[in-house]
Amino acid sequence: MVNLVWLIPVLPLAGFLLTGLFRNFLSKGLTGVIGCGTVLAAFVLSVLIFGEVRQENFLPVVVNFFDFITVGTLHIAFSFQVDQLSVLFLLIITGVGFLIHLYSTSYMHEEAAPHFARYFSYLNLFIFSMLLLVLGSNFVILFIGWEGVGLCSYLLIGYWFKNTEYNNAAIKAFVMNRIGDLGFLIAIFLMINTFHSVDFETVFGKAGGATHGGASTGVLTAITMLLFVGATGKSAQIPLYTWLPDAMAGPTPVSALIHAATMVTAGIYMIARSHVLYDLTPVTQSVVAVIGLATALLAASIALKQNDIKKVLAYSTVSQLGYMFVGLGVGAYTGAVFHVMTHAFFKALLFLGAGSVIHAMGGEQDMRKMGGLSKALPVTRWTMLIGCIAIAGIPPFSGFFSKDEILSAAYGKSPVYYVIGVFTALLTAFYMFRLYATTFMGGFRGNHEDHHLHESPAAMTIPLIVLAALAIVGGFLGIPEVIAPNAHWLAKFLGPVLGGEGAPSGVAKGTEWGLMGVSVVVALIGTFWAVARFSKKPELGEATGFGKVLANKWYVDEFYNAVIVRPLDLLAQFLEWFDKNIVDGIVNAVGSLVQYGSRQLRLLQSGQVGGYVLLMVLGILVLFLVELLHGGGNTAPQLVAPSAGRPMPH
Amino acid sequence: MSISHYIFLAVALFCVGVAGVLTRRNAIIIFMCVELMLNAVNLLLVAFSKMQWHALAAGNPNAGIDAQIFVFFIMVVAAAEVSVGLAIIVMMYRNTHSIDVNFLNRLKH
Repeated sequence: MVNLVWLIPVLPLAGFLLTGLFRNFLSKGLTGVIGCGTVLAAFVLSVLIFGEVRQENFLPVVVNFFDFITVGTLHIAFSFQVDQLSVLFLLIITGVGFLIHLYSTSYMHEEAAPHFARYFSYLNLFIFSMLLLVLGSNFVILFIGWEGVGLCSYLLIGYWFKNTEYNNAAIKAFVMNRIGDLGFLIAIFLMINTFHSVDFETVFGKAGGATHGGASTGVLTAITMLLFVGATGKSAQIPLYTWLPDAMAGPTPVSALIHAATMVTAGIYMIARSHVLYDLTPVTQSVVAVIGLATALLAASIALKQNDIKKVLAYSTVSQLGYMFVGLGVGAYTGAVFHVMTHAFFKALLFLGAGSVIHAMGGEQDMRKMGGLSKALPVTRWTMLIGCIAIAGIPPFSGFFSKDEILSAAYGKSPVYYVIGVFTALLTAFYMFRLYATTFMGGFRGNHEDHHLHESPAAMTIPLIVLAALAIVGGFLGIPEVIAPNAHWLAKFLGPVLGGEGAPSGVAKGTEWGLMGVSVVVALIGTFWAVARFSKKPELGEATGFGKVLANKWYVDEFYNAVIVRPLDLLAQFLEWFDKNIVDGIVNAVGSLVQYGSRQLRLLQSGQVGGYVLLMVLGILVLFLVELLHGGGNTAPQLVAPSAGRPMPH
Repeated sequence: MSISHYIFLAVALFCVGVAGVLTRRNAIIIFMCVELMLNAVNLLLVAFSKMQWHALAAGNPNAGIDAQIFVFFIMVVAAAEVSVGLAIIVMMYRNTHSIDVNFLNRLKH
């Protein structure tokens, strides 16, 4: 079964080619069947492979296809690695991916058939790239997938390419990702230089050995830091996070799939995958944790004051990704991957729910014009409520378990991490229920005549219901040690890859109960505070004071504009001026000088023989004069008597 | 007579030739002036040959003989050139009924 793993990415690739190449001939129904069918087939295959991998004595399998690059002693194979971590991601990507494909068939139904097919071909290409990313058995294949998902993200953000703003958002996402990718690329080069290999097995084997494969701590730190730079780009962390909120320009299912559930977690996957390297470099680990915490807090604070329903979710995603990096930074790799999984469920659910709301509102995204939607959209309302509870971290919903695992691991590292994390959890509960209360509670504030409110069709509600069910039960895969011993299935499953048993060490049982209690209480406070405050009287006006700073996203975009974009722009303008005036000027001047000179010289050729002769004579005279003035005596012929018996020189 | 007399005479002849070539328009006169210049050079060659023989005769009785051979060459070449040149002038006269060189500027168009 494992040998059929190549089919998993090939199926969506085939879907991409079919829907992409024949987009002008396929009907919408057929496109939807191809687009969803390939991903569903990939999901079924993933489940089958999962069945094999979950057996007790399963060992990681590397399936080799062909030599990708062979240079000197460096061999890079095109091969897939099937182990517990990659299979888990396979399930998330194809499972959640299929649900979102299904949802899209209804959500995008108003598009014309060729554009509908273009949308599905991009989505399928994205699934293919993402599968390549998690299946690759070395950093180069991972990087190919990494770039592929970046490309698809660009294409899908700019899906409505007639809108310049959307195009700008797409370009912003792409450029910021490229900045991170450069770090990743340099890390790969460093790895080749240090370990002479990019294979996971070889690199981690060498680095984990007694001599660390001859690599000094400095080199290892450099590699891990550069990998983390790549992760900050892809997973939207400080300082490269500003592209993700703008990426909401894409269709809502795209936000759910790419910018919440899968692509943005690629950075977490990559760091969890290379956890052997991170374990060796405590400096990088601290940096990862601090950046993660800062991002979580900053993004959560911004989300408090956003009025666009998708922007709230976008900042919430950035914040949750920050949590995952905290988990990675404090060594709770299982916790981070666990949070990736639960987050994929509830954030995809929230985005799809938001999509359903936007669909019902006829494209309106401003929460201030919603309100009281619970009657018209019962399914959406209940599933969104489940999603909000899950992300807020209220037991027994899934978010509680994964977030708590990260938080208690953070406490084991430093109580400061924990306090900031819990404060962020408070903000999370608050802004999520602000969103919920503003959207679904109170009275309807929109224009009744414009919107005929209606529940979305089944193709949209079924994914919502499935994801809601997953968001409820997903957490039971990782029940903490203190609640039920030996019940952390995920930690046992991932143990062979990520090492450790998942449950944080160094935290006493009593303390852990206490920590859990604190986070639950904090989440409940945030929830009820927000509901009490916004259900009757939502914020309708513009924010003032400190709220204005938050509403304007701490002016980070403006800061980047002033510090990076503007100077680069000015430099580019100067260089353009330089190119157009100086460089082109020199070239044009040479050209016109030659033209002018030859036009003047041409006049000498008058056809008058006398003139030619005169010039000849003048020329000879000049030569004589030069010889006379500069030649001196040395070159003048001398009369030399040849000595006797020697022949005359010829 | 010292060598300088010969040199001055040759230079004078040469200048007359140059001036004639530059100023006259009659092809035959230009031709004669060219001959004048050639002969000025010949004269110079012969004068230097004689001078060298005087200076070096003790060591080498053949001193300066190559210059005289040169003069013969120049005369032969000049004769050949005259025959070609005069033929050209005759053809020119037949075509244009003129031997004015400035009349022959049609090649530029």
